[in-house]
Amino acid sequence: MPALTRNKKKGAKSQTPPTKQVTKPKTPPSKPQTTTLKKGAKKPPLKKQKKEVVVEEEPLEDDDEVVSDASIDAESEELDESDDGGSNGLFSDDEDENDDDDETLGDDFLEGSGDEEEEEEEEEEEGPSDVGSDSDSDSDDDDLVKQSEAIDRRLAKQKADAEAEQQELNKQDDSEHDAFRLPTEEELEEEARGPPDLPLLKTRIEDLVRALKNFKAFRPAGATRKECVEQLKADLGSYYGYNSFLIGTLVEMFPPGELMELIEAFEKQRPTSIRTNTLKTRRRDLADVLLNRGVNLDPLSKWSKVGLVIYDSQVPIGATPEYLAGYYMLQGASSFLPVMALAPRENERIVDVAAAPGGKTTYIAALMKNTGLIYANEMKVPRLKSLTANLHRMGVTNTIVCNYDGRELPKVLGQNTVDRVLLDAPCSGTGVISKDESVKISKTADEIKKFAHLQKQLILAAIDMVDANSKTGGYIVYSTCSLMVAENEAVIDYALKKRDVKLVTCGLDFGRKGFTRFREHRFQPSLDKTRRFYPHVHNMDGFFVAKLKKMSNMSKSSEDDDEAVETVEQDEVSDDDDDEAEAIEKKRNKERRTKSKEDKRIKKDKKSKSENGNVEPKARKQKKKRSEWKNEIAQAREEKRIAMREKAKENK
Amino acid sequence: MRPLDETETTVVFEKLFKFVGNNLKKIVENPSDEGPESTPGSYCFRLQKNRVYYVSDALVKRATNISRKNLVSLGTCIGKYTHAGSFHLTIMSLNILAANAKHKVWLKPTSEMSFLYGNHVLKGGLGRITDSIVPGDGVVVFSMSDVPLGFGIAAKSTQDCRKLDPNGIVVLHQADIGEYLRDEDEL
Repeated sequence: MPALTRNKKKGAKSQTPPTKQVTKPKTPPSKPQTTTLKKGAKKPPLKKQKKEVVVEEEPLEDDDEVVSDASIDAESEELDESDDGGSNGLFSDDEDENDDDDETLGDDFLEGSGDEEEEEEEEEEEGPSDVGSDSDSDSDDDDLVKQSEAIDRRLAKQKADAEAEQQELNKQDDSEHDAFRLPTEEELEEEARGPPDLPLLKTRIEDLVRALKNFKAFRPAGATRKECVEQLKADLGSYYGYNSFLIGTLVEMFPPGELMELIEAFEKQRPTSIRTNTLKTRRRDLADVLLNRGVNLDPLSKWSKVGLVIYDSQVPIGATPEYLAGYYMLQGASSFLPVMALAPRENERIVDVAAAPGGKTTYIAALMKNTGLIYANEMKVPRLKSLTANLHRMGVTNTIVCNYDGRELPKVLGQNTVDRVLLDAPCSGTGVISKDESVKISKTADEIKKFAHLQKQLILAAIDMVDANSKTGGYIVYSTCSLMVAENEAVIDYALKKRDVKLVTCGLDFGRKGFTRFREHRFQPSLDKTRRFYPHVHNMDGFFVAKLKKMSNMSKSSEDDDEAVETVEQDEVSDDDDDEAEAIEKKRNKERRTKSKEDKRIKKDKKSKSENGNVEPKARKQKKKRSEWKNEIAQAREEKRIAMREKAKENK
Repeated sequence: MRPLDETETTVVFEKLFKFVGNNLKKIVENPSDEGPESTPGSYCFRLQKNRVYYVSDALVKRATNISRKNLVSLGTCIGKYTHAGSFHLTIMSLNILAANAKHKVWLKPTSEMSFLYGNHVLKGGLGRITDSIVPGDGVVVFSMSDVPLGFGIAAKSTQDCRKLDPNGIVVLHQADIGEYLRDEDEL
């Protein structure tokens, strides 16, 4: 209650503090109150009143509460009785108080104000009480000084009281947090015995999240951060139904506040969305037809021209005649993204490595306007039917459906034959928990590793199929519906190391950038061009998209530069008829190989810092020898060239 | 995958002729934009696992390196051969039929759903009908908003339809787009 009254007083200066009015009714016997705004007329009688009040109330200072109650009661009566004009007059006096030259404040006013503050706990009163306690004084200057001092003292006292209150409140908060502590082992055992106590878990989760957000301030007694995190993992697991592995990885990836948002978002469904089939209709026309059928819909977002989001519908949206006629496809918003990133052009050859049930394939065909050629591959036989059915329903004619393991596709279709590849890889599905709750409990570390291994093989196969020299393409889009770093950034990093590809921007700028480093992993910096999408940020399923461009059709050699150079030179040498040069070069190559091995050893020695003095001259000597060989080889090559020219001339 | 032989080709063409009449020429000689080259190729029919596909040349060429076991579908499937050896058009051919149909029927909105459940078209549900329909003709069924719903065989000629009572069957149902949901496994 004191807080309330204090705020009231703070806020509205127009509310007259009761003290003023306490003094009022005692004046009638002495002088009639005038409601004029003239200071001079008013103040003397008020001053006298004040003195009377002071006299009367001094003995009652001990019982502050009693007095305050009485005064509050009196005040309430007086508030009822008082006129608005009177209060306004007093208020105007407040404002004029600081400019008071005529009226001065005497010593009395200090005492009076002290009493008033004691009467009403922690009330901040500035001008009004001063007005009431104006007193005559001899000289204006002295009184002004005293006035200002008094005001300063009053303000200081008010500040002190305010701080005292704040501290009290803080102590209350702290005491709450001190009361929050991690449960002991006994308590945990007790909890484990019965069914989980959901409200208790919920409050504990909230407390832990608050503590972790600002660990210095709200740290529970005697607990390390690690213990809090462990307890949070356990509580989240039992409250929301996650297994320990999955909740552990989510805790590692997100800060506590965002983690709560993510988990809450996973509990709810994402909005249903559909994609207009531009081969048969336009979004506007489709929207009209569906509205007529009683469907409540809206365009999906700014970034999509074909998407519509369905809020509710009187007819089942998957069984309207328009759906059956292939005018639209039920598709989650996140599934639009990889195809938008792929951006297929007309008359291109495209491969969709994991095509079923065909939402993305049909989108690709629509973007290509049924030109070009699409290979839609799907490994699992039961899913092929839905793929073919969808393709036919949507009126796609430029597609060949085949049933291969994605890793075999380069052998079947040939390497370096295709313009673009879309790889929507099979994954753990941790981004679509809102669709499939079984993911919460069924995914373990081993499964993630298996998926990651498969995805790495698939992405290499996909890269091998693409023709780097294609006129319009040369792109691979890799996407998963998972949030795990091992399935996303790690796979892309692997591909960057193993093949001559580089990351390019997806064109989806509204997503979050992928991780360039995560815990102990360090990835290449270009990985920030990949995009991650989260349910709690973008209101679509968790998704990861990356777009790679193939730079050349060779695979990257991960060997030494020496050996690479050797192989090239040996190719040149083999054409040569000059045996001597061959022999020399072969010897040199052998020597260089051994020397290069020694170089490696030497480098290792250097690192181990064991024989610095001896090592260095050796290295220098070998470097000299290498440069000598290079010169000799260059000379040999020139001799070769001259010989070839002479031969050519002879042949002519 | 192999091209159709003589008998098979005649059977397929006969069935198509019932629906599209002289537009059959158009179907066979349609220029296609498919395939990576920009010069238009033409369409042809291919047989794969008892199903007849209507594909463009370019697709056919490039599908040859997919082995028979693993090739599932090409272009558009228009129908399949039964064990007995007769050929039936499936619903997947609707796009081609609808684009080239000679005989059309439009349904009232109230009876759309009934047709999509697999029932025959009754006189009471008939909105519009093209003239010169002979019993036994192939008819493509549309909704009033020109959405193709399926096809069937005409039971009565146009003149007779006018005299029919409201419960008389006008078009015998053969295939409708509701089959995408009902009979997914059989497609």
